[in-house]
Amino acid sequence: MINPTEYVPKSYHARVSTYWWLTRWVYLKFILREVSSVFVAWFVVVTLLQIRAVTSGPADYGEFQRWLRSPLLLTLNAVSFFFVVFHAVTWFNLSAKAMVVRVGGKRLPGIAIAAPNYAAWAVASGAVAWILLRG
Amino acid sequence: MNKRSNEPFLWMLFSAGGVISALLLPIHILLFGLAFPLGCLDAPSQEKLIHLIKHPITRLYLFTLCSLPLFHWAHRFRFTLYDGLQIKHLNELINVFCYGGAVVGTALAAYLLWNIR
Amino acid sequence: MANRITIEVARYHPAHDEKPGFDTYEVPLRKEWVVLDALNYIKDHLDGTLSFRWSCRMGVCGSCGMTVNGVPKLTCATFLSDYAPGPVRVEPLKNFPVLRDLVVDTSDFLVKLGKSKPWIIRKVEKPLDEEYLQTPEELDAYKQYSMCINCMLCYAACPVYGLDPLFSGPAAIALAQRYNLDSRDQGANQRLDILSQHDGIWGCTFVGECTQVCPKNVDPAGAIQQYKLTATTEWLKALVLPRGGT
Repeated sequence: MINPTEYVPKSYHARVSTYWWLTRWVYLKFILREVSSVFVAWFVVVTLLQIRAVTSGPADYGEFQRWLRSPLLLTLNAVSFFFVVFHAVTWFNLSAKAMVVRVGGKRLPGIAIAAPNYAAWAVASGAVAWILLRG
Repeated sequence: MNKRSNEPFLWMLFSAGGVISALLLPIHILLFGLAFPLGCLDAPSQEKLIHLIKHPITRLYLFTLCSLPLFHWAHRFRFTLYDGLQIKHLNELINVFCYGGAVVGTALAAYLLWNIR
Repeated sequence: MANRITIEVARYHPAHDEKPGFDTYEVPLRKEWVVLDALNYIKDHLDGTLSFRWSCRMGVCGSCGMTVNGVPKLTCATFLSDYAPGPVRVEPLKNFPVLRDLVVDTSDFLVKLGKSKPWIIRKVEKPLDEEYLQTPEELDAYKQYSMCINCMLCYAACPVYGLDPLFSGPAAIALAQRYNLDSRDQGANQRLDILSQHDGIWGCTFVGECTQVCPKNVDPAGAIQQYKLTATTEWLKALVLPRGGT
């Protein structure tokens, strides 16, 4: 363990601004990525309400659908969609950086890890849409 | 290993939730939140949905869709509060709010999906 | 191209300044000049009291890291002409205490670096006349992380380190990984004990800016996420086999 010397010079300690995430575009992008989780949680709440409405009968489900058609909910869900897509794209791109896959001693490039993620995204989305939309 | 941390467990839930949110939530919001309410696509009837929801695989699917993304939220929101607002001294309160919220949501999902007749 | 450029340099004298201010200088703008050349010009011709650290002028020693227009940079590798017509603002590295002008106190980083044990640990050393052979693939596994020059730009770019001084920080973790991934090393468990603690790796929220500012393409952000994966795997192993394993 390194011990600092006995002599401690006077120094200036800057405090990090509360708004540090506004000081650079990269930091703002980071905080928006983290805030996307709030919209993730929001739509889980919507889904829980939806499960309750579906299971309590056609009348309740009709009421739930009317609620979703209100301008406030449509706006909120449009914003949520934007944030959740932002989450998906950043998540897939970052997972390529966080994972090291070696084939024949060479590290696979990020795109080789991100591409299957995007493919899985397309397949999962297609499957959900097909189940809900078929006859 | 000495001083064990529970962070690996929370990080695992966070990561799993991140994957589920990324793969499945966009299409759910696009369909149920926008396309069906706006009338761009024909919304499935309650009859069809209740038929779907009664299948055990759908229930497991919905449970996963609700639970893991909530733990993903808990993790990210906790650090956003720490770093974005610099309120790490409220550590315990934040943990109770975030992870408590995720646990309550998970319990609620389990309750709703278990009690379908 | 105009032949002069304005430089705003952060000044702080511990004996008579409460907090840093700025002095403005005008220096020649030459195509081949980097920010460090401008600082040396100021020191030689305009104001001999300006203090800053530098040594090699070629991106190897890692001592001339400063904040240039808000972004952590090696001033020996940052061309003035990229900032024309100016002004260019030069400040000390963020997140470190300022000792004087552009000189920061790096003790905290050095303590953290020591804690991550960045050296080869062997259970039993081989006799001196035996070699530790390594294949090109084994070298490739850690080579990227061995490029670190301890310039601390990653610490200056990391908001988590700025907010939570207990966080081990990018370079110390990347260097721990450099030795963990070395086929000759057997100290991964010792490092894991230290880094998998709450303040070690878990504070990282993957802002990713450490990797962006790194002049040597070390990718500390990637190293930390990979280390989280390792720590989680070890945690699971210990859960399943409380006494077994390595």
